[in-house]
Amino acid sequence: MIGGLFIYNHKGEVLISRVYRDDIGRNAVDAFRVNVIHARQQVRSPVTNIARTSFFHVKRSNIWLAAVTKQNVNAAMVFEFLYKMCDVMASYFGKISEENIKNNFVLIYELLDEILDFGYPQNSETGALKTFITQQGIKGQFQTKEEQSQITSQVTGQIGWRREGIKYRRNELFLDVLESVNLLMSPQGQVLSAHVSGRVVMKSYLSGMPECKFGMNDKIVIDKAGKGGVTNEAGKSDLGGGGSTSGKQSIAIDDCTFNQCVRLSKFDSERSISFIPPDGDYELMRYRTTKDIILPFRVIPLVREVGRTKLEVKVVIKSNFKPSLLAQKIEVRIPTPLNTSGVQVICMKGKAKYKASENAIVWKIKRMAGMKESQISAEIELLPTNDKKKWARPPISMNFEVPFAPSGLKVRYLKVFESKLNYSDHDVVKWVRYIGRSGIYETRC
Amino acid sequence: MEWANQLCENRQFGSKMTDSKYFTTTKKGEIFELKAELNSDKKEKKKEAVKKVIASMTVGKDVSALFPDVVNCMQTDNLELKKLVYLYLMNYAKSQPDMAIMAVNTFVKDCEDPNPLIRALAVRTMGCIRVDKITEYLCEPLRKCLKDEDPYVRKTAAVCVAKLHDINAQLVEDQGFLDTLKDLISDSNPMVVANAVAALSEIAESHPNSNLLDLNPQSINKLLTALNECTEWGQIFILDCLANYTPRDDRESQSICERVTPRLSHANSAVVLSAVKVLMKFMEMLPKDLDYYGTLLKKLAPPLVTLLSAEPELQYVALRNINLIVQKRPEILKHEMKVFFVKYNDPIYVKLEKLDIMIRLASQANIAQVLAELKEYATEVDVDFVRKAVRAIGRCAIKVEQSAERCVSTLLDLIQTKVNYVVQEAIVVIKDIFRKYPNKYESVIATLCENLDSLDEPEARAAMIWIVGEYAERIDNADELLESFLEGFHDESTQVQLQLLTAIVKLFLKKPTETQELVQQVLSLATQDSDNPDLRDRGYIYWRLLSTDPVAAKEVVLAEKPLISEETDLIEPTLLEELICHIGTLASVYHKPPSAFVEGSRGVMHKRLPARTGSGEGTESPDVGNVAGGSAPEAAPSIIPSQGDLLGDLLNLDLAPPTTTGPPPPTSGMQMGGMDLLGGGLDSLLGGDIGGSPAMGAGFGAAPAVMPASLNAPVGGGLGDLFDLGGGVGMPMGAYIPPKTVWLPAMKAKGLEISGTFARRAGVIQMELVLTNKAMSVMTDFAIQFNRNSFGLAPAGPLQVLTPLGPNQTIEVSLPLSTVGPVMKMDPLNNLQVAVKNNIDVFYFSCQYPISMLFVEDGKMERQVFLATWKDIPNDNESQFQIQDCHLNSDAASNKLQGSNIFTIAKRTVEGQDMLYMAIKLSNGIWVLAELKMQAGNPNYTISLKCRAPEVSQCVFQCYEAVLKN
Repeated sequence: MIGGLFIYNHKGEVLISRVYRDDIGRNAVDAFRVNVIHARQQVRSPVTNIARTSFFHVKRSNIWLAAVTKQNVNAAMVFEFLYKMCDVMASYFGKISEENIKNNFVLIYELLDEILDFGYPQNSETGALKTFITQQGIKGQFQTKEEQSQITSQVTGQIGWRREGIKYRRNELFLDVLESVNLLMSPQGQVLSAHVSGRVVMKSYLSGMPECKFGMNDKIVIDKAGKGGVTNEAGKSDLGGGGSTSGKQSIAIDDCTFNQCVRLSKFDSERSISFIPPDGDYELMRYRTTKDIILPFRVIPLVREVGRTKLEVKVVIKSNFKPSLLAQKIEVRIPTPLNTSGVQVICMKGKAKYKASENAIVWKIKRMAGMKESQISAEIELLPTNDKKKWARPPISMNFEVPFAPSGLKVRYLKVFESKLNYSDHDVVKWVRYIGRSGIYETRC
Repeated sequence: MEWANQLCENRQFGSKMTDSKYFTTTKKGEIFELKAELNSDKKEKKKEAVKKVIASMTVGKDVSALFPDVVNCMQTDNLELKKLVYLYLMNYAKSQPDMAIMAVNTFVKDCEDPNPLIRALAVRTMGCIRVDKITEYLCEPLRKCLKDEDPYVRKTAAVCVAKLHDINAQLVEDQGFLDTLKDLISDSNPMVVANAVAALSEIAESHPNSNLLDLNPQSINKLLTALNECTEWGQIFILDCLANYTPRDDRESQSICERVTPRLSHANSAVVLSAVKVLMKFMEMLPKDLDYYGTLLKKLAPPLVTLLSAEPELQYVALRNINLIVQKRPEILKHEMKVFFVKYNDPIYVKLEKLDIMIRLASQANIAQVLAELKEYATEVDVDFVRKAVRAIGRCAIKVEQSAERCVSTLLDLIQTKVNYVVQEAIVVIKDIFRKYPNKYESVIATLCENLDSLDEPEARAAMIWIVGEYAERIDNADELLESFLEGFHDESTQVQLQLLTAIVKLFLKKPTETQELVQQVLSLATQDSDNPDLRDRGYIYWRLLSTDPVAAKEVVLAEKPLISEETDLIEPTLLEELICHIGTLASVYHKPPSAFVEGSRGVMHKRLPARTGSGEGTESPDVGNVAGGSAPEAAPSIIPSQGDLLGDLLNLDLAPPTTTGPPPPTSGMQMGGMDLLGGGLDSLLGGDIGGSPAMGAGFGAAPAVMPASLNAPVGGGLGDLFDLGGGVGMPMGAYIPPKTVWLPAMKAKGLEISGTFARRAGVIQMELVLTNKAMSVMTDFAIQFNRNSFGLAPAGPLQVLTPLGPNQTIEVSLPLSTVGPVMKMDPLNNLQVAVKNNIDVFYFSCQYPISMLFVEDGKMERQVFLATWKDIPNDNESQFQIQDCHLNSDAASNKLQGSNIFTIAKRTVEGQDMLYMAIKLSNGIWVLAELKMQAGNPNYTISLKCRAPEVSQCVFQCYEAVLKN
């Protein structure tokens, strides 16, 4: 198991050091600094073995978090734990920075004592932790017996992510379908790989211990329902109006993973998503699709080398969705060679600029409706070099945001049942939003 | 107020952190100041002081001098202050054991506190204080806490047992804590269960033979129930524990798998990987024809792909694991090539791993795409990545024959870029391609020669020199080229020197007239001017060879080279099996068994996959290497004779027959200036080189097959001993099955092509046929018949081709054979004449079966009987053979042979030479006794066979060779 956990600043100075196991000595702190943080070359692996001691590290801005062990630990668990640790810290004091860590070092030690025991991760749900560890020191002295046992039963309980007795005057639910669409396209316009990785992010402000059921246009469910004759729950949907472009009825989901509140065995047997939600913000599920993806933009590059000192670049982008919808924050990034001396750009729409420090022409368009196209052309002057190595021509990448789900996913329903309190599904105010963003959206040129 | 405190504390803390100069000058004063503050009457001041102490401790300052003052602050009802003091205690108690005792009372009192959070805190902290005297006081409170009414206290106490065990194992056993811990597995609270499982698993690891976890169907059921209810971390503990269980039969295995599969959808990647581990392991036990088996395989792919959208560090862990999974079960991800394409912004460690997996998944179906990608990667910036991409192109050429031509032309394009490291890498892989496809691509040699001057890395130079030597007859100026290298001979690395020596000798043998001077020059450089023993020895060997018998020299040096394998970098199967049992853990990231990086007793226990223990009938699926004779391969045969008298007997036995073994007698007297010293040794060296050198000389011999991958290929080095261990564990491998060969080409049989092989599975000989219809019309009505043969082989049933075979269709049939048919001696002995009929015609062909198919399972012999039989068989019936170029140690060899029912009866070691005595029983009752001699470091084995029917010896020897080399 984890033998120790260290947090360093960018210079390699220790901010937090907590050792859980006797086999980890003080010298481990220095070993990591010397061999990884101060190492000359780029980090070649997130797992480093130094003198039979293994170090796992992740970096958040310029803060290093390192877990140390001398045993054959579950490596995936260690990384998951480090990410979780970051989440917990962020939810307590915001951004993970040297300043914030120093300001909260007592709190961090308390957390580390609670969520890692002898190197074994324990309950690390912030909802539960915040009931008894706070930035103002530990609660506990003045608690009543009931409060204490409520805390312990929540920390160890089946529903560790939600406490009893939550009350809201207005029961509200916010549901965001956030998708990032990834594309790798050849210069000829052939899709080399494309997938959507999506997340369903919720904010729930619900009283009591509500039981929720979430439904979407999952092909397997729809097909099953179609066969069984039990039709059109979809038709009744009051949530499906996200405004996707195609009339596609259902989508094939390659794989999905769920927040720990979702009953996995029920999903496995019935493919229904039911859960008791955490209070506040959380990510309900992640999913991935690869079939029938709507690619919101097509990039058509044309690069011509004119002699040894000049390049001509022309890039056309075409938007491919309903004309009534608007894409925003569009940015096209055209890489330029290292020996670029000057660039002239002409674009039909938006603003384009050559950024020497980033070796790229950045073309920004604020808004663009569907089924439109726009074009940029640039002349790049090159300094003559005797470098034999050819320019690697990195791909042209794109960023954008569109108000629909490129996977075609639609929310069919989200029902809330709370039998003990007197509010029903109809009393809950629900908000649904679809946002599609570019992930790694690249076209080779 | 709080805000002001923090502000003031930050300033102090911050300045101490950054301004070390200030710190060193005021060290004494500061400690003194802190001491005063700690003893202050004001609570707030005390607390601030303790915080400062902790801050100093964090940055590595020694604040142990404050021990009594800090401990004095412990008696407080302020929980925050208490926690800080505890933190300090955990750090310094060990260095101040006597003073730490002062804390005991508070701990004991806190364990009785009405607040469960304080009880848990006390028991948690006490376990971290590694002072013997304190541990004694810990027992009673711990016992109470293990039975506390509050689950939070119980779950903390469960972990505390593991802590205590780490300090004093005996104490834990004496106090009966292990039993209490076992009881907690049935606790009503899932988190208590999970922590108890974690603690027990850890304790069990240091007691490999104890039955601590006592996993049985009932306890497994409890774990599976808790799995649905506990936290993500608890699920990991439980799944990792489940993976150590071996189900009793396939039904239990399936039911566990069914309850574990829902975990594949968990958001936590570690839960997913641990579930994958359980499934990969338990799948071994499922019959492959089961529908569920196929379903499970399909269910595994999507979650593995999803892991690739996790954060990069987790992607790395996932990719290292996928690398193992792809080697074990390629079918899972064979259609998922695209997800392994490298993204421009992937961190380098992700890129390199993806590239590895791409090559493993490359097949004829996707090779075009893969090549296009690789070509793209070869133009990237990172040198390591580019090199690996170039190598990958070469590996594709070797793996997928159809793509070889395209690969070669891609490589040539890359050479044209003149980027130094790309050129060198390309030359290294082209050498491998030459070896794989001889006489096909030599036209490119001219292009390669153009780049001779730019090569500055030893591996590339050696590869180029090998090419020049190997194709000396086609390169007009080969002698000039090699001579140019010779100028700086002593500055070259050993690898290049050895290669240069061999290449010039090759050149001489090909063009003796023009190059005599050159060869003399290199021989004298190697033998007289070099300090390197390897180089000198090789020089002498060539010298003697050339001077004694140039014809023999030609046969040796220019002998045909063995083919190189298609798959490189494969992890050795026993290690792979072990690593599969460690999916998700560090071992799977390092691709090393835990014993290679864990100290002490933990993790030394080797894990292995369970064997298929189906419920009855022997319908085995064509999977090589898992199943050994149907029974569980638990009991490794003890092959070291324990009785002294037996050893004596064996010694006698060895001495009695005059020329049983030993290196072959020297072929000619060698006179070379009083080189008596080398005399005997050289002979055996010579023997050694015959195996290694025809290929390309020892130093180079291994290079083409094994690409240096960062962590994989466990060749030599510190890992060597581990592999001995791995082999020694004694898992009998499956019987050797020769690869399928075409027996009846379609041209000769009106479009019916038959290829096949023989296998012995669970005691049944099977003829495995692949029938392909290459004609335009449908084929039906298949039947088969054998001619009389040496061992009475006959089909035990009709040929089961139930459906008509359409055009371009292929069907695989397995035909069980019996050995009770009519007998007639054939020549060669293992020849089999077969007639196959279909609706079109009758076709005849003959094939040879490996005689190992006839080795029966009850071929073990008592040692005494073995000795008596050996003596009884006349010496005339003995025949001796050499097995060349085999790199197994005796244990591994013995295991391998046992898989084919060749049983080791005894083993002994004399002067570094291992002798294995083995017995074989044929299906017709003939016994064959064998003595296998192997010398450490010598890849050539000598085998003596004794049998009352000496005709079979030749065939038996062929089997040995086939089994050992596969």
